Amino acid sequence: MTDAPRTVPGESLYPRLEPLLAQVQKPIQYVGGELNAQVKAWDDVAVHWALMYPDAYEVGLPNQGLMILYEVLNERPDALAERTYAVWPDLAALMREHGVGQFTVDSHRAVADFDLLGVSFATELGYTNLLEALDLAGVPLHAHHRDETHPVVVAGGHAAFNPEPIADFVDCAVLGDGEQVVGDITDVVAAWKEQGRPGGRVELLARLARVDGVYVPRFYAVSYGPDGAIAAVTRTREDVPARVGKRTVMDLDEWPYPKTPLVPLAESVHERMSVEIFRGCTRGCRFCQAGMITRPVRERTITGIGSMVDQGLRATGYEEVGLLSLSSADHSEIGQIAKQLADRYEGTNTGLSLPSTRVDAFNVTLANELSRNGRRSGLTFAPEGGSERIRRVINKTVSKDDLVRTVTTAYANGWQQVKLYFMCGLPTETDEDVLEIAELAVEVIRAGREASGRKDVRCTVSIGGFVPKPHTPFQWAGQAGAETIDSRLRLLRQAINADRRVGRSIGLRYHDGKPGIVEGLLSRGDRRVGRVIERVWREGGRFDGWSEHFSFERWTAAAAAELAPLGVDLDWYTIRERGQDEVLPWDHLDSGLDKEWLWDDWQEALSEEEVADCRWTPCYDCGVCPTNGTEIQVGPTGRSLLPLTVVGR
Amino acid sequence: MARQPEGPPPPPTVQKLRLRYAKRGPLRFASHRDLARALERALRRARVPMAFSAGFSPHPKISYVGAAPTGAASEAEYVEIGLAERRDPEEVRAALDASLPPGVDVLECVEATEGTGSLADRIDAARWRVELPGVSPAELAAAVAAFLAADVVTVEKRTKNGLRDVDARAAVTGASAGEEAGCAILHMVVRQVTPAVRPDDVLAALVAVADLRPPSPPRAVREAQGRLDDCGTVADPLGPDRVAGTRCQGEPAAV
Repeated sequence: MTDAPRTVPGESLYPRLEPLLAQVQKPIQYVGGELNAQVKAWDDVAVHWALMYPDAYEVGLPNQGLMILYEVLNERPDALAERTYAVWPDLAALMREHGVGQFTVDSHRAVADFDLLGVSFATELGYTNLLEALDLAGVPLHAHHRDETHPVVVAGGHAAFNPEPIADFVDCAVLGDGEQVVGDITDVVAAWKEQGRPGGRVELLARLARVDGVYVPRFYAVSYGPDGAIAAVTRTREDVPARVGKRTVMDLDEWPYPKTPLVPLAESVHERMSVEIFRGCTRGCRFCQAGMITRPVRERTITGIGSMVDQGLRATGYEEVGLLSLSSADHSEIGQIAKQLADRYEGTNTGLSLPSTRVDAFNVTLANELSRNGRRSGLTFAPEGGSERIRRVINKTVSKDDLVRTVTTAYANGWQQVKLYFMCGLPTETDEDVLEIAELAVEVIRAGREASGRKDVRCTVSIGGFVPKPHTPFQWAGQAGAETIDSRLRLLRQAINADRRVGRSIGLRYHDGKPGIVEGLLSRGDRRVGRVIERVWREGGRFDGWSEHFSFERWTAAAAAELAPLGVDLDWYTIRERGQDEVLPWDHLDSGLDKEWLWDDWQEALSEEEVADCRWTPCYDCGVCPTNGTEIQVGPTGRSLLPLTVVGR
Repeated sequence: MARQPEGPPPPPTVQKLRLRYAKRGPLRFASHRDLARALERALRRARVPMAFSAGFSPHPKISYVGAAPTGAASEAEYVEIGLAERRDPEEVRAALDASLPPGVDVLECVEATEGTGSLADRIDAARWRVELPGVSPAELAAAVAAFLAADVVTVEKRTKNGLRDVDARAAVTGASAGEEAGCAILHMVVRQVTPAVRPDDVLAALVAVADLRPPSPPRAVREAQGRLDDCGTVADPLGPDRVAGTRCQGEPAAV
C-alpha cells in the first residue's frame, strides 16, 4: 500500500514515524531500544532478516523462539536480523494515511527492504496479522505475485507443521527447530545474491526447497475428490522432496540461546527471563501437539542450565527465572537443579519458577525448594481432564485421590492459591466428565482448609475448549461444537456455585467455545481455508487472539461465503471426525511420527488405554527417532553447579 | 493471624543517593512505569546493593519524584534510592548509566544529607521547552502574548475522575516564544498544581486563546525541575545535598 518516498534500502523510517507515535496508545512498544537489542549496519551484511511475531509487542517480545533466532542470526558476520511485531489498529490507520510501511523496531527499517521475513506462529490466530503486516509493508499478499525485489516470507513455529491454510501467503515454511536451518537458509540466499540472483525468485525458492526442513508450498499441487477431501498432494518439480522432514537440534548445550535476552522498557506478558531446560516431551498426552512434534526429549545439562541462568540474570537484571520446558519436573536432574539454584541465589531476591506442572507430590517439593527465597503465592497444576476416565483417554493419568492429596500438600506447605488447568470438549467427553471438575475443586478446598488450618486457601479452575491439532492422535477427532463447550461450562459454573461456603474459594476462568472453532478451522484446514483468512482480513479481522478484536460472526460469514462454492463448510473442517484413509492436508509434512502409530494411539484413546513414557519404558515405536536419526538425550550427568559470585548479593 | 516471612528482616538503609537522569530521543515515549521497571532492573545489573522493604514481597527502596508525561522528553527526572551498603555516588552513577538503555541517561548522583529536607519538598515547578514544528515563530509569539494577557484560560483535561476543567494560565509563571533553525520554540515555567498542568494543557490553552494549531505533534522537553525562587528561576534540587556534602565529608565511601 505504501507509495511513500523510500530511497535508500535500510534507511530509517523513524523521522516519519515519530510524529505518528505521539498520537497512539503505548508508543513505547514501537521505538525499540530494548536492553540487549542489536543494530547492525545495513551495507555490512549480505543477508537481511526481519523476524516477526504476529501479535502485539507485549506478547511477541518475550517469545523465546524469536529471541533465539535473533541472536543466532546477528552473530553471523554476513547477516543481520531485526524484529517487527503486529501494530495496533490505531497506528496502522496512521501509517496508511501517511504512507509509512511496516517497520522493524530495532532500526525502524522498512520490512519491504529485507531479504527475508520470518514469521513465528505459536498459534494460528496470528494469520490475519500476517496479512495485515504484509499489506502494511507493501508486499503482495499472494506469494505468486512477488518478484525478486520482495522479501521471502518464511513461516515457522508449531503452526508451521500445517501451513496449508497460509500456503498462498508464505513462500516457505520451516518444520522443527530453527537454530540451524536459519543458517542454511542464510547461506542459500547469500550465494544466490552473490551470483547475481540467477533464475529469479523461482530459482531461489527451488534452492530453498532443497534445504532440509524447508517446505515451499508452490512446488506441491493439491487435488480434491468429489467428497471434498484431498485426493492427492503431488510435487510439481522432481528436485524437491516428496515429503518434507523436520529439523532437530540434538545438543542443546551447544545452543545456549538466548544468551542475552531482550529486556523491554514496555510491560510484557512475561516479566521474567526463561531458560529452556529441555526440549521435547514423550509423556504422550494425546491432545498435545507440542509434545508430539518436538520429539525426542533433549535435555540441557545441569551445568549448561546453571551458566545460562547466571549469564542471563547478569545480562537482564530480571528478578525471576522460569525453568522452561513442556514438563519441567521431568528433567532427569530437576531435584538437583532446583536445590543448587536455590542455594546459589539464596538471599538475593531472585525468584525461580516452574511453569504449570503435572499433578505430582514431587512437584510440590520442587516448588517449595524453588520458592525458599521468596514468595509462595501460587502453584499451577494441569490435570487437563476432569474425570479419571477422560484422563485415560488423553493419556494424562492421575487418580482423583492423588490429585486431591497433591493439592492439599501444597496448601499444607503454605501455598495459598492453586490453579488447575483443564480442557473441555475432549474426545468422548460427556457432561459428567466436566462436572467432576467441580467435585474435585470442592474436595480440594475442603481438604486444603483442614490441612492448612486456614480459611483463605483458594483454587482457580482455568478451562478452555480443546482444539484437535495436526500430528497428534486426535488429528482425526471431531471437535466439540461451540454450543457443547458453552453448555458444559455453564453446568460447571452452576455446580461450583452450588455451595457458596466452598464455592467462594473457587475461581472459574474460562473462554467461550467460539474462538476455538476458528482455531480448529485454521489448525486442520487445507489451502482452501486461505481464502477465508483473506476475506476475514479484508473485512477488518486483526488480532484474533484478543477477545475485544475477535469476531466469530466475521469468521462464520467469511467461511460460509468462501467455502460453500467448494462444497465444504466450517463444520466439515471442525466437528467432522476423519476416517483412517483420508489424506490429511499435512500428510506430506513429516514430524517423524508414524501415521499408523498415531492411528493406533487414537484407537487406544477411544478404548481408554494408556501408553507409558519411553524415557522409562521400552520404545513404543512412535517413529520419530528412526525417521530423523535422533535419540533421547537425557541425564543424569551427576555434575554440580560451580559456586558463583551472584547478582545482587 | 498475620503470617511473618521466615528469616531475619532485611538490612537497613545506610545511605541514600539522589539521582538526576534524562529521557531522550525515542525513549521519550516511555511511561513512568516503563522507566521504573527499567531502573529497578538496571540497579540489579549494576549490582547496586539496594536496601529492601520487609514483608513477603520485598521491594527495593526507590522513591520517584514527579515523572514527566509519556511522550515528553526530560533532562531533569529525579529519583532517590536507599542502599544497604555505602557506595561512592559517582561510581553508582556510572555503573547505573552503563546498565540503562541508551536514551535513559544518569546525569548526576549525590548523597542525600540528613536534615536538609526531602527531595520532593525541593521541587514545585518545572521549566519546559516545547518545539512546534511547522508553526511560525511570529504566530507562536502572538499566541503566547494572548495567553499571558489572560487572567484565566480554562481547558478541558482528562483526569482519573473523568473530564475536568483546569485553569492552565494560573500554573504558568513565565512563558516566551523563541526560534531555532526556523522552528518555533515555546519556553515556559510551570508550577506544580493539582490537577497537574502539563505542556499539552498549555498547548490546548494556546488553541483556546489564539487558535494555534500545530500541524504536527509538538515535542516537549522538561529542562529543569526545582523550587521556584523569587526571580522566577528554578533552583537545582540537588544543591543543598551538594553543599552539605562538600562541607562535611562522611566516612570515605566504600567502593
